[in-house]
Amino acid sequence: MDKLLDVKNLKISFNTYGGEVQAVRGVNFTVNKGETLAIVGESGSGKSVTTKALMQLLPKPHGFIKEGEILFEGEDIAKKSDKDMQKIRGKDISMIFQDPMTSLNPTMKIGNQIMEGLILHQKMSRDKARERTIELLELVGIPDAESRLKQFPHQFSGGMRQRVVIAIALACNPKLLIADEPTTALDVTIQAQILELMKDIQKKTDSAIIFITHDLGVVANVADRVAVMYAGKIVEIGTADEIFYNPKHPYTWGLLGSMPSLDNEGYELTAIPGTPPDMTDPPKGDAFAPRNDYALKIDEELEPPMFKVSDTHYAATWLLHENAPNVEPPESVKRRLKGISNTGSTPEVAKDGEQ
Amino acid sequence: MTRYLLKRVGYMVITLFIIASVSFFLMKMLPGSPLSAENKLSEEQQAIVLEKYGLNDPVPVQYVKYMAGLVQGDLGTSYQFDSTPVTKIISDRIGPSAILGAQSLIFGLIFGILLGLVAAIFHNGFLDFTSTIVAVLGTSIPSFVFAGLLQYGLAVQLGWFPVALWDGGFEYTVLPTIALMIFPMATAARFTRTEMLEVLGSDFITTARAKGVSGAGVVFKHGLRNALIPLVTIIGPMAVGLMTGTLVIEQIFAIPGIGEQFVKSIMVNDYPTIMGTTIFYSVLFVAIILVIDLLYGIIDPRIRVTGGDK
Repeated sequence: MDKLLDVKNLKISFNTYGGEVQAVRGVNFTVNKGETLAIVGESGSGKSVTTKALMQLLPKPHGFIKEGEILFEGEDIAKKSDKDMQKIRGKDISMIFQDPMTSLNPTMKIGNQIMEGLILHQKMSRDKARERTIELLELVGIPDAESRLKQFPHQFSGGMRQRVVIAIALACNPKLLIADEPTTALDVTIQAQILELMKDIQKKTDSAIIFITHDLGVVANVADRVAVMYAGKIVEIGTADEIFYNPKHPYTWGLLGSMPSLDNEGYELTAIPGTPPDMTDPPKGDAFAPRNDYALKIDEELEPPMFKVSDTHYAATWLLHENAPNVEPPESVKRRLKGISNTGSTPEVAKDGEQ
Repeated sequence: MTRYLLKRVGYMVITLFIIASVSFFLMKMLPGSPLSAENKLSEEQQAIVLEKYGLNDPVPVQYVKYMAGLVQGDLGTSYQFDSTPVTKIISDRIGPSAILGAQSLIFGLIFGILLGLVAAIFHNGFLDFTSTIVAVLGTSIPSFVFAGLLQYGLAVQLGWFPVALWDGGFEYTVLPTIALMIFPMATAARFTRTEMLEVLGSDFITTARAKGVSGAGVVFKHGLRNALIPLVTIIGPMAVGLMTGTLVIEQIFAIPGIGEQFVKSIMVNDYPTIMGTTIFYSVLFVAIILVIDLLYGIIDPRIRVTGGDK
């Protein structure tokens, strides 16, 4: 498969009065052309920051990329100047934001907001951009596009605004679309519509999508592959099936166990106890150890490396080490297991930058 | 829209009527009469003059007569200048004041907004602190202090501009305009900085940046308009401040403006001129407020007045 994006050992920090917050601590992942990668994790796990860094939209001057490479079509965009990034943003990579109520300019007609990118990147004339804008609005399912584009954001409902935000992101046919919790601020029926819309559009435009969410239900619906983030690191990554039906990391077990599902009827939902660690001073061993019922002694001393479960499935937990005791996942997870067998006989430590 | 305008104009008329009535009675409560400074006239002559101007009538009668004239656009004649109509006094004197007021408002706003923008863009940098200091000094030091300093520094010491007087030339307007514009400039700078910082931190600015809009485009195309909405609110009081501010500045620079005339007419109890000027200021004030309310709608589509069907 063609690699579109290859993130290598990305570290992002924020300078604050309390010291340096290490929001992302060495993240590796790839996104192939036309696929959907979901990044899941609780608030503060670094998922939004990671994707903001891809576009260099970190709040300046506090947030900065400390280390690592972001290879987009083979070119490292982490070190590009703001001027060079302006040519990439909105054209090759674009973003859909979380809150449609605040992410549109309230004093600008929505037509102009969509046309802006077209005129900027594709040097279209206003008339041409207008035609394309009408097309886009129809694509995202806004009826009566012609008259709608003369309206202002406050004349649209939340779901409609999110469609406009999507239209803005799609305007220049980006190769990579980053969706930062695009459905969190919407009610459930609208959520489903927006997800359908995004899947539909992906089929038509063949762009890759990075989908950030903390809603596992949404993940199951859209993702080809899933990366689970915790405390600024990816703790498990694999295809959607592997993550949902053969999870290896205790944190993934916890997330799945806390997800309401129809299969789980009659069982109690579990919660992950405790709170994420303070990232100004990340713990020495496994960051999840203090909250982990299955933590081993080594977890407090040494950070687990990535273990390779299959060609597509990796997890960073000592439980996969050959010397580890055989730990059974909790009941809530076991019920999901569909008996996807491990392809490798025993998981082994992944080589650097493999995943 | 037309309905809204008509309604607003109706309110304006009522407001003006109340202002005119209250000022009339307040003015009549001032001690003395237009003739109190006159020693040359005999008792009989004074009586004749008072009779001629209708000042022997009871105050309510005078009020009714005055208001009747006012409705017909007649502001009466001045007591000081040989029966010159007050309307003519105002129109003769308005020129310098209008020029000063407009110049200082326009330049004050332009420089203030620029100063505020620079401060917001270079937040917490050297330029930000400089602009904040300028803003604090500008709001806290009264305009007549600047007037004196400017006269001494730029006119007496350096001789770049005339010290005072009004000769119609642009150079005569420079110093009073600077003295007057400092306050609006400082206020505009403070507001623009605060609002711009808030706007630049908002989500739609990130959306714009994610679209690939350049730094300048983000500030001017997306930020400025949103940051200006609260600024429009303070332009009204600012314009009024300039009107009253000119009273002092016109005295200091010996400018034959309406403010100087106003002060003089109060000193000598020139009732029609006092009333005329007050009403003129009030009309200006309510008109500015109306314009500002309409401006809101132009700048911010969310508060645009619709045809009444919503």
